[in-house]
Formats: sequence, structure tokens, C-alpha cells
Amino acid sequence: MSMLQTFTVLLRRELTLAMRRRGDVLTVLFFFVIVASLFPLGVGPDTQLLRLMGGGVVWVSALLAAMLSLGRLFASDHADGTLEQLILTPTPPVVWITGKILAHWLVSGVPLILVAPVLGIQFGLSNEALGVLMLSLLLGTPVLSLIGAIGAALTLGLRGGGVLVSVLVLPLYIPVLIFGAGAVDGAMSGLGAEAHLSLLGGILILAFMLTPWAVAAALRISME
Amino acid sequence: MSGFNWYKYASPATFYDLAGRMIPWFYAAAALLCAAGLYIGFFLAPTDFQQSEAYRIIFIHVPASWMSMFIYVVMAVWAAIGLAFNTRLSFMMASALAPTGAMLTFVALWTGALWGRPTWGAWWVWDARLTSELILFFLYIGFMALQAAIDDPRRADRAGALIALVGVVNVPIIYFSVRWWNTLHQGASVSVTKAPSMASIMLLGMLVMAFAVWMYAIAAALSRARSIILERERNSQWVAQLLEGKA
Repeated sequence: MSMLQTFTVLLRRELTLAMRRRGDVLTVLFFFVIVASLFPLGVGPDTQLLRLMGGGVVWVSALLAAMLSLGRLFASDHADGTLEQLILTPTPPVVWITGKILAHWLVSGVPLILVAPVLGIQFGLSNEALGVLMLSLLLGTPVLSLIGAIGAALTLGLRGGGVLVSVLVLPLYIPVLIFGAGAVDGAMSGLGAEAHLSLLGGILILAFMLTPWAVAAALRISME
Repeated sequence: MSGFNWYKYASPATFYDLAGRMIPWFYAAAALLCAAGLYIGFFLAPTDFQQSEAYRIIFIHVPASWMSMFIYVVMAVWAAIGLAFNTRLSFMMASALAPTGAMLTFVALWTGALWGRPTWGAWWVWDARLTSELILFFLYIGFMALQAAIDDPRRADRAGALIALVGVVNVPIIYFSVRWWNTLHQGASVSVTKAPSMASIMLLGMLVMAFAVWMYAIAAALSRARSIILERERNSQWVAQLLEGKA
């Protein structure tokens, strides 16, 4: 099989598996909505305050939701031996790892982007800011899946893996959070979101080029 | 230099002995430089026009934050050497450096809070450099937590090395964050290209203190590496002989 074929076969497999377990996908989505809804309950219903916080709150919730969904990325394939078989295939690991990460983003990142405007409206964001929020999530959530894959691969099969992955991965998510929430702030305050979005795009390109190799190395370390 | 065999010192047994002889010298250098640096800082350096005596915490704060970033880079270099050449000692050095680095990051944050209170009127502000230093602290914690969670030393070494290399991407962000976000924190006071904006005696005190912290970090890392070696090689013959000789 050519590399492209392997990539598409694996992508289709991952998506089929995700569709067979729709509950998992929906749980992450509802977690995202619930976390974002907790903030107004915590800080009070002041419209002005919520409008200022909105972009950041949606972004923090997206970070947490992305982090929670990382367990799905390699754990079940590790448990049933699929991962070992994948490593044994002649295809370079980077190819199928990129496929798995893309599938993970399609299943856990894209739903967040689609739901985010509803949350944004609850926080009173302007129409322009809603668009920027979606755009920033579109650029930022793939980075979350890419960087998170490194943490997921390194903590494979460890006790307390879930908490450990958050300690490893959340600090690395911070630049994405800063530029993502900064873009929404820029749109709300009229300063413009272009600079933040450009930086997010730059981070995405960098992460896309580097992380699949890091994930391949991490899997090799964890599977020895 | 051509006949010198560097690999000899990559052997834990040789290194254990060499480090044991080097550690007292580094501790002595650290103590002397620290005494000199504190003397310059407290007695020779003039009182600051704007911040009066409060600024003197700079002689601890700045060296600690410099070294906290530098140690992370050194740690990543050891990690890279370990992954590239498969030398066990490099991984041990990386894990030996992490607690010292984390401690200095904490010192930098703590003294920063003590300095911020009289000068800005707040213990903590969410400024880029403070936040980056906090992230650096989290990175150290993540590195140590990952290594602590893995029982197999070989996997722990390599997994830690990889996360150190991934995290090192963050260190330049810390350095350049001052330019990226323009906030309350003052810009870098020491610059390579511009003349320093502080009295040269203050700069001298800071540099001497930075060297003191450096020497201390080397001594602490070497003694921690010695403990790691003993722990890992406890079943080997030379450790048994060493312990017999002591008993």
C-alpha cells in the first residue's frame, strides 16, 4: 500500500470507530459546554464582566476538553495490540500518527468549534468576535491534538496516566490559549485579531511539522 | 587533545569518583562568590534613586531567574546527548539538574513577589515574564512527575529526555515574551547590544551572584547524580566494593 492509502485507510478506521462509540464524542462535547457554563455561576451574572471573560472562558474550556479526550488517542489501540501491529508495518510511523491525530481532531476538535458560538452568545460576544472565536479555535484546536498526542504517547500504560498527561500537556498548551483568547479580546476591543491569528497559524505550522516526529519517538520509547 | 578519551568519563564508576573529588571545589567556589556578591550587593552598590533599598533583592532574583532558564537548556542538552549517543550518564545528569532548576525557578518567583510588593504595589501581576517563569516551573514539575511515574529506569530516562526537548521550545518564548507582550514588567535591564542601563557596580554584583548560583547548581547536580548512580548500580561490583571499603 502506498503511504497515502495507509493514511486514508487509517483515517477511515479511526472515524468509523469513533462513530461506533458516539457516546465518547458527545461526553467530551458536553464537558466543554458544562465547564463554560460553570464560570457565570462562579463569578456572577454581570453582563459586562462576562463579555470581557467570554473568549478566555471558552478557550480554557476547549483546552480542558481537548486534554480529557487525549486518553482515546492511543490507549485502546495499546490495550488490544493494534499499536504494536501499526509499529511493525513498513509505513513510516509519522504517516499513520498524523492520520490518527487528524482523526482525533475531526472527532474531538471540530465539534468544539461548531458549539463554541453558542457559548459565545451566552457570554454576550459580538458577531465579529464570534467569527474570530471560531477562526481561532479552527487554528488552535489542531495544535491541541498535536501537542497532546506527545503527552498521550509518553504516558501510555502508566498508572495515574490521566492526571500525569494534564501536568505534562497543559503548560505546553498555554501559548495557544494566550493567542486564541487574545484574538477574541482583540476583536472585542477593536484592536483587531490579525496578529494573534497569524501567530496561532505559525504555531500550527510549526506543531504540524515537528510533533508527529516527537510522537513517533515517544511511542518508540513507551513500546520498548 | 587527540589522545584524550572522553568516553572514559561516561562510565558511571569513573564519573562517580571524579564528581566526588570535584564537588567540594564547586561548593567552595559557590560560597566564596556568594559572599563576595552579597558584599557588593549590600555594601558597595549605591541605593537606587527610585526604588531605594528594596531593589537589592535583584542580587538574588535576577541570578536565580537566569539560572532557572539556563539549567532547563542544559538539561535539554544532556537529554539530547543521551538520546543521540545512548549514554546513561547524560540522562542521569538531566534528572539530577531538574530539582535544582525547579528550586531556582521557585526562588525567582518568590523573590519576584517580594520585590513586586514595594515597587508595583502587588505581590503578583499576570505579566508575560512572570507567567513564563511560572510555566517554566510547571515544565520542571511535569518532567519530574513523568520520571517519577515510570518504574523502568530506561523508559523513564528517555521519556523525560523527550519531554525536556519538547519543553525547551518554551525557553526562547520566555526570553522573547518581553518583546511580544508590552506590559507592566520592566524591559530587560541587561542587554548585549545596548549599554547596560544600571550602575556597573550593580551589574558586577549580579554577575558575581550569577556565578555563585551557577557553581552551586553544578555542585548540587553532581552530588545528586552520584546518588542516582549508586541507586541504579547498586547490584554492580564496584558499588559493593565501595560500600565495603566504607564500612
